[in-house]
Amino acid sequence: MAAGALETDRLCKSFGALTVADNISFRLEPGARHALIGPNGAGKTTFVNMLSGRIAPSSGRILLGGEDITRVNQAARVRRGLGRTFQVTTLFRSLTVLDNVALGIAERERVSRRMWKPASRHDEVKDEAMALLRTLGLADDARGVVQDLPYGRQRLVEIAIALGLKPKVLLLDEPAAGVPSQDSGRILEVLGALPGDIAILIIEHDMDVVFRFARRITVLVQGQVLVEGTPEEIGADRRVRAVYLGEAHG
Amino acid sequence: MILYVISVGLSVTMGLMGFINLAHGVFAMAGGYVLSTVMARLGLPFPLALLAAFVAVALGSIVLERLLYSRLYAAGELAQVLFTIGLIYASVALARMVYGTLAVPIVLPDYLRGQLHLLGRDFPTYRVFVIFFAALIIVSLWFGVERTRWGAMVRAAVDNRGMAQSVGINTRLLFMATFALGSGLAGLGGALGADILPVDWAYPFEHLAYFLIVVAVGGLGSLRGPFIAALLIGIADTACKYWVPELGAFLIYLATMAILLWRPMGLFGVRA
Amino acid sequence: MSGYTSDPRIQWPEWLPWVAALAFFFTMPEYLALGSRILIYILFALSLDLILGYAGIITLGHSAFFGLGAYTAGILSAKYGITDPFAGLVAAAATSALLGMATGALILRTKALTLLMLTLAITSILYEIANRASWLTGGNDGLSGVTMAPILGLFKFDLFGRTAFIYCLVALFIGWLVVRRLIYSPFGAMLTGIRENTVRMHAVGAPVYWRLVLVYTISATMAGIAGALLAQVNQFVGLNVLGLEPSGDLLVMLILGGVGRLYGAFVGPVVYLIAQDYLAKAYPEYWYLGIGVLLIVVVLFARGGILGIWDKWLQALSRQTGSARASAR
Repeated sequence: MAAGALETDRLCKSFGALTVADNISFRLEPGARHALIGPNGAGKTTFVNMLSGRIAPSSGRILLGGEDITRVNQAARVRRGLGRTFQVTTLFRSLTVLDNVALGIAERERVSRRMWKPASRHDEVKDEAMALLRTLGLADDARGVVQDLPYGRQRLVEIAIALGLKPKVLLLDEPAAGVPSQDSGRILEVLGALPGDIAILIIEHDMDVVFRFARRITVLVQGQVLVEGTPEEIGADRRVRAVYLGEAHG
Repeated sequence: MILYVISVGLSVTMGLMGFINLAHGVFAMAGGYVLSTVMARLGLPFPLALLAAFVAVALGSIVLERLLYSRLYAAGELAQVLFTIGLIYASVALARMVYGTLAVPIVLPDYLRGQLHLLGRDFPTYRVFVIFFAALIIVSLWFGVERTRWGAMVRAAVDNRGMAQSVGINTRLLFMATFALGSGLAGLGGALGADILPVDWAYPFEHLAYFLIVVAVGGLGSLRGPFIAALLIGIADTACKYWVPELGAFLIYLATMAILLWRPMGLFGVRA
Repeated sequence: MSGYTSDPRIQWPEWLPWVAALAFFFTMPEYLALGSRILIYILFALSLDLILGYAGIITLGHSAFFGLGAYTAGILSAKYGITDPFAGLVAAAATSALLGMATGALILRTKALTLLMLTLAITSILYEIANRASWLTGGNDGLSGVTMAPILGLFKFDLFGRTAFIYCLVALFIGWLVVRRLIYSPFGAMLTGIRENTVRMHAVGAPVYWRLVLVYTISATMAGIAGALLAQVNQFVGLNVLGLEPSGDLLVMLILGGVGRLYGAFVGPVVYLIAQDYLAKAYPEYWYLGIGVLLIVVVLFARGGILGIWDKWLQALSRQTGSARASAR
């Protein structure tokens, strides 16, 4: 079987007696549009944190493009093509939007080590950053300071930075969370327009986004995979309905 | 042991409020000055004077906390470090102006002077007294924190301030009270130890490193940690003075570095 | 100020400090000793601003490199008879770079209080070593007999301190050029990123730890050179170049001027050292009190230091003229 873009093999995480991830075996195909859903406390963010390298698993393996990255640190995983966004906006708040995106690009292009030529003369970095911002509709905000932007646009910058890293796998942690409904349409557009060769795993609570975006869905409950399938299968699954009884809509 | 009494307050305030208070030594110094002044001018007996030191410093710290410290809780480490350094400079200057440059004389009551004959050896009475007193404080602190409701609230707030607030604990009042307690303890320690560690105007500077070492090595927010750390330092210090006097403080710094590098959270650190 | 949207060309006000320094040289020859001291501390402050203002590393132990540089240059001259000034600088740079790299690699994985403690421990250890090894360092009495050969064989170190002043000025100029390049480079932008949001830097693939070690080493080297200059200019090294005191003083100077803005490192030492020269000798107790209160006031109300206040004043001014123009239409 060909290697998936991202795979986990019986991934477990316990904090003392509390098991947060229980034998999760998961596979993300190249070019996937995969959603991870589940009730609060199901362990979704912990799972993503293990994937990106912020937390070390208690046992199990993680493979990126077939290579074992379980022991590889966060920054190294990024360099190998694993990008992510954060549920809580994690940006360089007092820097400009352009700077935010440029820092990621500079890192990827190994420009960040250069100490001589001024940054603003590195046109290759700036041009690429501007092009990226244009595709996301952020070109006019390029010279604005991030913390002055409305929250919805900040979430877009979050995605922009991740895209600037030219990842092969992209983990999106609740990209539409906290965004007022008039702005989330923009985010949906952006998500829909993401390059087809990137494998994307999205965590979301907003079922609207999930069902419009995902081609496959995994349901996580109490650290275990409950079921995995196409949106139609998941929508019809009785166990999933039971888990979500009382949630907004399924 | 003096180190412990002074430093445990620092451990709690730093662990609880996350506030880097380098000026903790100032409270200890204040305690020493209060003790001496109160005994000399007002003629209070030693035990009352100790109590006075504790109370006066605790009250003083509340004033400082309300006026100054509370503005900086969210200000970031650099601001806190700078602020407390400024506080040290200012208090040190004030101390020198008011009390002059000599160490403050402490007159111990007769019943605490001299030697005690225990277990076949002679021990200075005062030192034995200090050890017992410190033990008493440790026990009452432990009791207070582990067993009482106040203690539970403090521990909850140390663990997670936001949660504690939403459960209805008035963290502001709690912080104020705990800060007062921690600083009062410092004052008490300074007063108690004034005979052993002379209190003069440069006191906060001289002993800053030791206080920080005890807290950093012991672990922020814990009670046992600084106790063990102070014990270790005391033993190491004495041992060094006997066997390798040329090395002195050098060894303690090295040991501190080694421990901190091995366990960055301190030996019993609470923050994960 | 740094970053991909900044303008790296040297603006004309940036030449003012150098013009002022030269004017000072010609108009105030009696104060050249103080002048040299100021220049040295500006270099020292620049080195600290690099890690404090740009990378966000809080340290009380920067005097370790300053002192090491001073003693290296001093010992080289006093004990080994190597009196060429540049040799002293190179040696000092080498030893402080080594110490910076070693200690940086050791301690930069820790944060906040632990890091602070470790920096304090390192400079205290060096202090103890210098104190005890009096056969090498002169111990408590300090290291005297530091003589300097003429620079390039031509310019003797004269009694009035004229050669010394120009020597320090040139060194500072070079240091300034280097730091300025660094800040405006992609490396500088990256450092700002680390300071602003370390988590995000990790998440864009930056090997944060190694970058911090690198900038720490550079900073240590600069501090060491500053220390060497002090030793050479004073022809003496006192024990007080190590320990908490110089670190604390430097921190105050930098905060006074403004952290994280290149010229804070210029303004701070100038103001502090001149004030100290006048006031500390006349009223020593009031000096400490004043500094303490000033520090508290600055932290509470004027976090950006003198330059921060200057900025706010400029902003307010431009807002006023802006609104005046608007209402005049």
